[in-house]
Amino acid sequence: MADLKVDFCGIESPNPFWLASAPPTNTGAQVERAFAAGWGGAVWKTLGNPIVNVSSRFGGLDYGSQRMMGLNNIELITDRPLEVNLREMAQVKRRYPKHVLVASLMVDTKAEWQEIIKKVEDVGCDALELNFGCPHGMCERGMGSAVGAEPKVLRELTSWVMECANVPVIVKLTPNVGDITEPASAAMEAGTSAISLINTVKSIMGVDLDRMVPLPRVGDASSNGGYCGPAVKPIALHLLGQVARLPNVVPISGIGGIATWRDAAEFMALGSTTVQVCTAVMHYGYRIVEDMIEGLSDFLDDRGMSSAMELVGRAVPNYRNWGDLDMNHHVVAEIDPERCIGCQLCFVSCMDGSHQCIHLPGMSEEEKRRRGHVVFPAEVPDRAALGEGAIAGARVPWVHAEECVGCNLCQLVCPVEGCISMRERRKGEARLSWNERIASGDDLVPGGLDATRAARAGRSEGGGE
Amino acid sequence: MSRDPRHLEGGRLEERLPDKKPRYDAAEARFEAYRCIYCSDAPCVQACPTGIDIPTFIHKLSTGNVRGAARTIFEENLLGRSCARVCPVEVLCAGSCVVGEWGREPIAIGRLQRFATEAALELDPALLAPRRLPKTGKRIALIGAGPASLACAGQLALDGHEAVILEMRDIPGGLNTYGIAPYKMQAEDALREVEFIESLGSIEIRTGVQVVAQAQAQADAPRGTQLSAASLLADFDAIFIGIGLGPDSALGIPGEEGEGVMGATALIERIKRDPSFSLEGVRAAAIIGGGNTAIDAARELALLGVPEVVMIYRRGSERMSGYVHEMAKARQEGVRLIEARQPVEVLREQGKLVGLRLAETVDGEPQPGATQTLRCDLVATAIGQARLTELAAAFEGVELDARGRVRIEESSCRTGHPLVYAGGDCVNGGKEVVNAAQHGKLAARAITRTFSEGAG
Repeated sequence: MADLKVDFCGIESPNPFWLASAPPTNTGAQVERAFAAGWGGAVWKTLGNPIVNVSSRFGGLDYGSQRMMGLNNIELITDRPLEVNLREMAQVKRRYPKHVLVASLMVDTKAEWQEIIKKVEDVGCDALELNFGCPHGMCERGMGSAVGAEPKVLRELTSWVMECANVPVIVKLTPNVGDITEPASAAMEAGTSAISLINTVKSIMGVDLDRMVPLPRVGDASSNGGYCGPAVKPIALHLLGQVARLPNVVPISGIGGIATWRDAAEFMALGSTTVQVCTAVMHYGYRIVEDMIEGLSDFLDDRGMSSAMELVGRAVPNYRNWGDLDMNHHVVAEIDPERCIGCQLCFVSCMDGSHQCIHLPGMSEEEKRRRGHVVFPAEVPDRAALGEGAIAGARVPWVHAEECVGCNLCQLVCPVEGCISMRERRKGEARLSWNERIASGDDLVPGGLDATRAARAGRSEGGGE
Repeated sequence: MSRDPRHLEGGRLEERLPDKKPRYDAAEARFEAYRCIYCSDAPCVQACPTGIDIPTFIHKLSTGNVRGAARTIFEENLLGRSCARVCPVEVLCAGSCVVGEWGREPIAIGRLQRFATEAALELDPALLAPRRLPKTGKRIALIGAGPASLACAGQLALDGHEAVILEMRDIPGGLNTYGIAPYKMQAEDALREVEFIESLGSIEIRTGVQVVAQAQAQADAPRGTQLSAASLLADFDAIFIGIGLGPDSALGIPGEEGEGVMGATALIERIKRDPSFSLEGVRAAAIIGGGNTAIDAARELALLGVPEVVMIYRRGSERMSGYVHEMAKARQEGVRLIEARQPVEVLREQGKLVGLRLAETVDGEPQPGATQTLRCDLVATAIGQARLTELAAAFEGVELDARGRVRIEESSCRTGHPLVYAGGDCVNGGKEVVNAAQHGKLAARAITRTFSEGAG
């Protein structure tokens, strides 16, 4: 069985699964229950000068029958007295010495930073996480994402911390910026030990149309909150990938919509050494970690990896710029009559959402024209849909391979697993990217603007051809 | 004649009956798993006699963690594979499903469990090998190779002990092999599960071995086919009794002896095991009884094409012990129920079965006076089974209750003898496979506990 232990900037964690700084890490009793359930680490609910919270605080976004695909909150940092938090942290660390306890911090002045760092180090925290990401409430007071969005400020505050910290420091970044590499680079320039990302995304969850008040509602008004949950995972993966491919990058703790072992494995492949989870625990409880541990362990075994560390960063080299992708790679869709149930979702999505290359058998050319086809293949094979549960008499839609651009849409909408597969049909043997075409002077695609063509011709002449 | 206990001959009637709930494919399983709302302290777990953490295994299926799902199932029930198919989920887990209570179709827990266990063992036949503890050198004899003993032996093997199962018949699996309605599970599948249990560790199944109170020195009996209770106590560190029930009870009415009349469990066994058994020429069959065995036998006959299948029950249908959902399916398949009647004579012409004489009953008791005749050419009795009590009582200290069931302490399944444990039908008088699995597990856990305390 694979070893799930990870080394995160010198800190050994029993597994890569940490709880993010959030309501599930609000108290010592909670964190102890989480560790007992199997979580390897926890980032305590952000400490600072205690605040006052409003009600209500959370808003959920459902999709179909799935509740809480996304969650947002306008809760601030801890509202409990600092000494209570510190006492409980010390107790957790005594009872669970091998688990990782990280103090998330958010204060204002240099003196405050120095004082709070001393206090959390005294109770035995393994690391500090600087909350430069919270995008609601605290940012209005010049903290949280207000720091994360200003690389210069971020660099200065991180330097203050690095001056006095004796344990590793993690800078937590906000996704609410134009280019994530700027704050990430600023943190590294200031000497941070690690980076965590993403904090929540600025959001408004909806509007109460009876009261004309955005959600979640606080009396007669609302404010923007921080968005998280499965919905933000693709955004988080992108920002993670951006940071992970920076040169000499520090270890990363990935955050954003992680709910399953598979999500965790994806974050690790894209450069996270540990992952932090919040929304899935808020939805289903600490118990989900059992599946994460077991699923990741089995996955590593399957891939012949003996340690979770071997997975970290495996996919990073394959995250490239568009201009470096192989344009000769080409796939076309193929529909399996043995599995097709005749729902025709592929047909309608291709007709209206893609390239009109899926045909239904038995249609006259006139009817095809009316339905929107523009290319008319000589013959459309008429095959019965044989999938289990197929509609009686249903026919299998047919992909006109010469016209198929290989977009995947039909496969994405098909409800039957394995029914539509994308077959590789390369356009050329050699690998050829757009950047390579530019380099070889073959970047003109017919049918464009006259001005562009003229400018290009001018360039070629100027180039002394 | 010695035969391979794992081999079933082809051409058995059960092979003609299709699986009523075929296995999900991966996409179907995921679709269904997503419907589960992942309750906490879920009622389905409370309703499962073995206490499988159902929401957790379904959650794992939804994440694609098929092996993890199976581990969660096997953690509490090593017979999770057959239970997935034979459990009356309608009155157990699925019957208490929150989604079902909510007016929607309950989660198909049985079908998800079947997918999880079968798919996981295909991926990794040695799925539970990492759970196996080092060898302890302790040896346990288990009497009977039915579900209770198999569940017990599997757990004992995982705990590092050596299990020796002694089976009187020529084939292992007990009622799982020769008593389950074929449209739920066929004998072949039950034997696959026996192989899975055997793979868990040191388990030996000896078929054709009878455990008796006192071994008779029989000149004609091959050596080793009879073992005495006393010799087991001498040779093993603990004993588990999982002997099930005895033969079908007889009606005790005139004309019963002779061809055409058989016990319902015997009939089902022939459908499942005997390639020479045929229902050709049977026009009408009568099943006596109102329990699940009666319903199973009736449904099997109807599905196998017997034109007229009648169940005769001595009380009103509301008093039947058979499940309502099973009786409803039986009716759909053409089974007719005659209530408040009891056969008082088996009618024969020149020895050949031609029908039954039925008396009216009041509160289950036959009344004198007018009777009616029911024409039939096959009669199966499903009015209970004998208790195999003699053997259990051969161990000193083992007590039986008034109904001939072995008395145990519920949490450990220990009998009055400190080294003898018991479980399954011989303890509960005849319940589900899942109840036997729970007994087997509890007994094994108690045995392991005792050993470690003893070593302690």
